[in-house]
Parts: sequence; structure tokens; C-alpha cells
Amino acid sequence: MKPTNTQDPNYFHKVVDCQWACPAHTDVPRYIRMIAQGRFSDAYMVNRESNIFPGILGRVCDRPCEPACRRIRVEDKAVAICRLKRVAADHRDDISDRLPKAPSKKNGHKIALIGAGCASLAVANDLLPLGYEVTIFEALDKTGGLMRTNIPQFRLPPETLDEEIQYILDMGVDLKLGHRINSFDDFLEQGAFDAVFVGSGAPKGKELDLPGRFETNNVHIGIEWLESVAFEHIDSIGKKVLIIGVGNTAMDCCRSSLRIGAKEVKVMARKPRGFFKASDWELEDAEEENVEIIVNHSPKAFVIENHKLVGMLFEEMEYQIDDQGKIDRGKVVREKIIHCDDVILAIGQDNAFPWIERDIGIEFDKWDCPIVDETTMMSSRAGVFFGGDAAFGPKNIIWAVAHGHEAAISIHKYCSKEDLNDRLPPGMNLASQKMGMHEWSYSNDYDTSERRLMPHVDLKERFKQLDIEVELGFTLEQTIKEVERCLNCDVQTVFTANLCIECDACIDICPVDCLTITDNDEEDKLRARLTVPAENMEQDLYVSETLPQTERVMVKDEDLCIHCSLCAERCPTGAWDMQKSTLLLPYAKDEANSNIMSKVSNN
Amino acid sequence: MTYIGKPNIVHPKAAKNSIGLSKRDYEGVVSTLCAGCGHDSITAAIIQAVFELDIQPHELGKMSGIGCSSKTPAYFVSQSHGFNSVHGRMPSVTTGANAANRDLTYIGVSGDGDSLSIGMGQFAHVIRRNLNMTYIIENNGVYGLTKGQYSASADIGSKAKKGPANQQKPIDPVSMGIALGATFVARGFSGDKEQLVPLIKAAIRHKGFGLLDIISPCVTFNDNVESTKSYSHVRKFYHQVIDTDFVPPADEIKAKYKKGEVMPIKLHDGSKIVFRKVDKQYDPTDRAGAYTYLRDSINKQEVITGLLYIDKECDDMHEIAQCSDRPLSKIPYEELVPGTGELAKIMNRFR
Repeated sequence: MKPTNTQDPNYFHKVVDCQWACPAHTDVPRYIRMIAQGRFSDAYMVNRESNIFPGILGRVCDRPCEPACRRIRVEDKAVAICRLKRVAADHRDDISDRLPKAPSKKNGHKIALIGAGCASLAVANDLLPLGYEVTIFEALDKTGGLMRTNIPQFRLPPETLDEEIQYILDMGVDLKLGHRINSFDDFLEQGAFDAVFVGSGAPKGKELDLPGRFETNNVHIGIEWLESVAFEHIDSIGKKVLIIGVGNTAMDCCRSSLRIGAKEVKVMARKPRGFFKASDWELEDAEEENVEIIVNHSPKAFVIENHKLVGMLFEEMEYQIDDQGKIDRGKVVREKIIHCDDVILAIGQDNAFPWIERDIGIEFDKWDCPIVDETTMMSSRAGVFFGGDAAFGPKNIIWAVAHGHEAAISIHKYCSKEDLNDRLPPGMNLASQKMGMHEWSYSNDYDTSERRLMPHVDLKERFKQLDIEVELGFTLEQTIKEVERCLNCDVQTVFTANLCIECDACIDICPVDCLTITDNDEEDKLRARLTVPAENMEQDLYVSETLPQTERVMVKDEDLCIHCSLCAERCPTGAWDMQKSTLLLPYAKDEANSNIMSKVSNN
Repeated sequence: MTYIGKPNIVHPKAAKNSIGLSKRDYEGVVSTLCAGCGHDSITAAIIQAVFELDIQPHELGKMSGIGCSSKTPAYFVSQSHGFNSVHGRMPSVTTGANAANRDLTYIGVSGDGDSLSIGMGQFAHVIRRNLNMTYIIENNGVYGLTKGQYSASADIGSKAKKGPANQQKPIDPVSMGIALGATFVARGFSGDKEQLVPLIKAAIRHKGFGLLDIISPCVTFNDNVESTKSYSHVRKFYHQVIDTDFVPPADEIKAKYKKGEVMPIKLHDGSKIVFRKVDKQYDPTDRAGAYTYLRDSINKQEVITGLLYIDKECDDMHEIAQCSDRPLSKIPYEELVPGTGELAKIMNRFR
């Protein structure tokens, strides 16, 4: 193999599994260290830079970071990254003077953002400080988009939502609530804006057109029903409720039902466990509230008696799962009626653009989604950008934020008449963390503590009102334990081949056997003959330059390195060093400064 | 030394041996030697060897004298027996231990100072007894613990980090071992575990005295370019005269060698040592030939390594003395000490 090019910012970035997995690339280890030092406001600001809504995301993020966490591979449970984010938000001081400010002198460009959800707000957050005049058009009379309508208040308190949205609005957004756009053609024809960003979400819940569907008023579409509950248009439901589908919306529906009168809630899943769309932690929270999850039931018909919904007919399924874990289409074993008063459909959502004419230069694909460039977020009509669920279908908040950052860069470049594809590349800064003979600037000792459990409001107490937040947030004691579980994957093991005397000290001390000195070879052969074979193909091998004494190479399997620094401590020549990698991700403001190196001094 | 202990986690896919232990189970405390010390690498090789031989930790006795080398038994197999004895007196303490319990596997770790200076007499006599043990000399040519004075194994002209070059003739433990009649003599290098681990395994399984001279650079006092015991010098003049593979009793010899090149030797426990001759002239069962070859190589300044001499027919101490097959430590007290009446009978036989 060729020597690993550690100059490529992606190499060390990829070692930081959580940051790599996060669509917005939040610098997780950095903010966890700040929390460990009690610097909650600093930790909040590090979060805000990349994900904009730390308080919101610290509660309801989809957490792609946690399944990626190295700790899972080393033992079993991820660091509670998301909940630590909330700790930063909960304990921060007033940070208003550290927020970006819009200049009083505007740059003359006017931008329209359609929808006041997370994607549009992210764009506003990035463009306002550059002097853009931003107008948000929102159909409802409240901001927040799905964060307000689809996420129940017992998971995300409205105060948290309002506070973080207000940070952005305070920079001077022209907010037009209750302003639905019915014709995009007309809107664009007026030509009042230099660029338009569509962040209108994926607002259409999927229908389940089975016999009996339209003979009753007791079948509800999940996201619409959640919106009605959020706006208090609905305040009750029958005693027995069936939820069809087992994604995260289903979890919100079943738990909301319990808070407005349901006594017996069943979530009906077509497939067995392990094939659910819902995140494990959301399933856990629902089951803690005695929601029953019934597997292998495929809906067949709504049972209507005397114009009243009395139950649903299901086909009980049996599946075969092969060695690769793939499930077959299943076969029907028997049919069964389950009685209920209401049914909520939570089987997915679609994009819907009835307000965008199809002849105005915005191309749509065969699923009726706009064709959007994945890098620039621009549609086939110049100056019209998409982001969030509106761009590529339903994802989640953190993806919407990531889209917002990219769209903001594009809009800035579009308005400056620059090439949208000529974007600043990400940079990487490496800094040694050595403080003394055997001292490092970070907590390098491996902490064997298990993941802390989130404390919840008492089961009886929480159902009294719809807006009692269930999760209480980590206590200080829990926080102190949890931060130490982070492996500091951003403190990289950096190797200098020409200093190595091949004494094997690093190999001998490595607790997880990630190092090997061997003759160079092709990747698959090298992987097979390492101290412990490197079978996780998603994790790279770090291959050194040729070693001076024997012309072999040092190979490190990045997979299980716990960044304990012992290789560097046992190295007599300093060939190994622990260096903190800081990803320098360009935002719109950096494009405006066109000087990414200015960020280096800030780190 | 490090401030933190070696984290107590194991690679989930780390191998386990036939008694269900991982390599980590054979570790000791974290080394307090200088970072990069060859001794630490030898420690790791010992750990690897006893792990691969499926040795029960409590059936291992690790013995040592005084010096940097003699600290190392603390760094491997914590769950075993150990005796850190007096300077140069490890051989007699091991003799005593072995006399009392012949069932244990004994690994003695000594150094060039401990064996070739203060302990020279003991060293010669333990060879003479053919005590069943593995005797490792961690050989770095300096007294590291007292700041790097030349030891008896320093070569003429070799220069340590400070001071003039050494002028006195070196004592070569390998030549001496062969000359004194040692039954297993090998040399290894701390920087080549691929060779070292099979050598340690073979020495452990050899019934009798297994002498292993291991060049182990002192990174602090003797790893400079003018030193003949530095990592770079040893690598430059490294000559592996014979490639040694150790094959446990149950395993087939899998490696493929050209005809005439290979020489398997079967040990008492059924395991095999497979030699692959790099130098066709060399015969590791010919004591006189081995000695001559060795002297020649010293004149050529080569560092020859490998299993250089083996005699597997020679009796060990217990056989010579016709001891009980049962370890004395396991014989009931009444049987072991039959009383003054029996003693008088024995004494009468000599009157």
C-alpha cells in the first residue's frame, strides 16, 4: 500500500467516527472535553457553529453519531453524545453577546426562504451576518416547521424551540407568518428576490387505502394528527388506539395518544424486531410507557360496523431471515381482527409541491421530487435552491441544517456571481497535545464506566399534561461520568517513520493490538496478517512511509484505537505523537472572507 | 514509565489459547523501564510464547537476580510464581525451586551483568547441572541501572553514549555456553520477535537447560551509532544462521521447505523444532562445529542468531540425581520426612 496521506483532511476526519457520521460534522470530542471542564457556554457555541440548534438537537436529534461511536466497537454502548449536547444547552450562561450579528449596512441582496423550519432557519443563520436581507414565508402562524408540528411537546419543550429560533430571528429576519405561497410561478415572476430557498419540508403523510378507509372519521394521518395535537385542535382520542407503522413518527403518535385519553395503545408492525424504522431509544421510551408493539401484522382492512370504526383486520405474517440478515416477503399465516376506537397511520411521508408549477424550469424526477444538486443544493432553475426534507425526501433535522449551510454558501456564491462548484475545501489543523514527559492535554485514561441512563419523569406524573418533558437531562454527577467515556478520537496518533527505531514498544503496549510492523503489501493481504486481522473494512489502515532500519512499514488499524496515548508514551524517539485534529469546515462566512486560515487561529 | 495503567480492555477479536486465556491474561504490571528498552520487547515475546504454549499461569515460576533485566519478571504473567533474588544468584535459587517442585515451568531472566560478572560462577554451574529451565540473558553491553558503564559483554571498540570506547575483551555467553556443555544454546534479538518467540517456546519445551542470549539494546545509554549493541548495528550485522520454527505436539509441520534444507528435531514432549538452514555448512547438533563457526563469526563481527546448538539426549538435574518423579512439594510430609529412625538407618549404610 502507499503511505497514508494524512494531509488529506478526510483521513483524520474519518477517524473521528461521530463527527464523520454527523451530517453537519459537529466537533463532538471537542465539545465533550469542554463540558468536562465545565465550559458549558463554550461547548454550546462549538455545537451552534455546526448544528445551530444544540438545545433542540440535544433532545430530538436522530443521532447518527451514536451508532458510529467507536465505543460501541470497543465494548457495547455509545457515548451519550446527544444527551451531552443537551447538558451544554441546559447549563450554558447567557450567550447572546457571542451570537453572530447582522451588520447594519446590508449588501443589497434579498433572499426569500420558503418555510420557517430548520433548513430555512439554517440558511438565515449563515446569510444574515453577511449583510443579506432575508425574508421567511411561512404558511402556518408559527415558526419551527416540523420541529413544532411533528415533535410532541413532551419531547421538545416549546420554550427551547422558541429560544433557539429567536436567536436567528433577532438578527433581523423579515418574518411573514400565515403566508402560504400558492403559485411559485407568480412568486418568482414578481422578481423581488435575488435567490429563493425552498425549505418547505415533506408535509404529506402517506395514505393507506384499504377497504373501509373513508367510511369513518377515526382514521388519522400521523403527521397531520400530530400537528393538530400541537396546535390544540385535537385534545382527545379513543380508549383503544392502533398505530400503523413503527417509525419515529409512530412513536410520537403512540406516546401523544396516551397523553390525551388513550388507555391501550398498540403499535402494529409488519415485520419483526430488528427491521423497525424507529430508533432504538425511541422504541425504548415508548415501551417504557407500556405501549405494546405487535410484530408481524400486516394491515388488510378497516372493520366498520354501523358506520363506526371497531377494529382492524390484519394478516399475521411469518418471515424467513437469511444468513446475511435479509428478510423475505413473508407468508400469511392467519387473519385476525384487533379491536380499536382510532387508527393512526404513521407509514411515512412524501414531498408535495402542489404549489410549484411544472413548467417554470424546475425539473422533477419520477417520484415527483425536485432534481437538486447534492453539493450546491440548487435546482435546475438558477437561483432556486432546495434543502431539508424538501430536497431529497424525509431525513431529519441535522440533515436539514447541513443542507442549510451548503445552500447558504451556494446562495452567497450565486449572488456574488461566482462558480457554485468552486467551493472552499475543508481544512485540517493538527496540534500536538504533549504537555510533559507523560502528560497530555486531554484525559487519556480509559474509563470503564457504563453509559449513564437518562432520568425520566415518573410514569404517573408524565401523563397528566401533554407538555411535561419526559427526559430530565443528565445530572452533574452523570455528566462527569459520561464525558469520561469519550475516547477523544480527534486526538490522533501521528507517526513519523524516519524517527522509528523499530523497538516494538508501541506494539507491545497497545491494549487493543492495533499496531503491526510488517513488510508492505496490498491492502487485503496486509489486513489479513496484522496482529489482529483488520476485518472492519469501513475503517482505514494507516500505513507509514518505509521504516529506515528494515524497510518494513508501520501499519495501524484505526478500527479500535482508544486514543490512550500509550504508543506515544512508550516511544523512545517521539515517532508517535498525539495530535489533535481540528476539522476546518468552511461556512458561508468563510467563503465571504475567502480565508479559511483565519479559522486556524481561533482553534 | 507511564502515568496511566494499560487500559483493561481486550480487542473483541483477540485470539484465545486452548485454556481460554487471551494474551492480555499473561501480562504483568506496566513496565517501569525506559521507553523503547529492548527488555520490554523480550517481555512481550515471553508473553506471546507462554500464551501460545497454553501454560497455566500458576504453573510458571519466573526467577531473576538484580538489574534492569531482573526487573522484567514483574511485567509478565502476574498470576504466576516469582522470585526476585540476590544479584547473580538466580541460578541457585532456581535450582532450589526446581528441586522442590519439578512440575513448574521455570523462566529465569538475567542480564549481561547479572550472569557474566557477579553471577558468572553460578551461571557456569547451572549449565553443569543441566537444570530444566529457560535461562534468558537480556544482553545490552552496559550496566543500565547504574547509568551505563560497560559490562562484560561489551565489544572492543564499542562506544556507549558517554566516555571512551571499551578496550576489554568481551565474554560471549553463547560460546561459553557451548564450551561448558549447555544442551540448548540460542541467540535472538529483541527487535525480531518472529524469530524470538519460537526460540523461547523451544527453550521452554527443551528438557534441560535452555540458554537464550538475547541482544537487547539499551535505548538510554547504548543505542548510539558507535555502539555494537544498538538497534541499527545489530540489524546491519544480523545473520540468522538458522531459521527455527517450533511446532507443538499435536500440530503437523505445515511450512513447506525445499528438500535437504529442513531438519526436524523431536523433543521429549512430542513437539518438534524445525530448522531451516540458511547456511548449509551449519549443523546445530555438532558442538565442536558450532563452536568453530561461532568464533569465526565473531571475528567477522557478525551477530549470528538462531538455535545454534541442541543436545536433547542429555539428562537433566533430576535424572542425574535420580530424583522422585513426584515433585518434593507434593509428597506428604510423613513420607518426605520419615523421621530420625529412618535417618539413622541411612546413616548406618555409610558407616
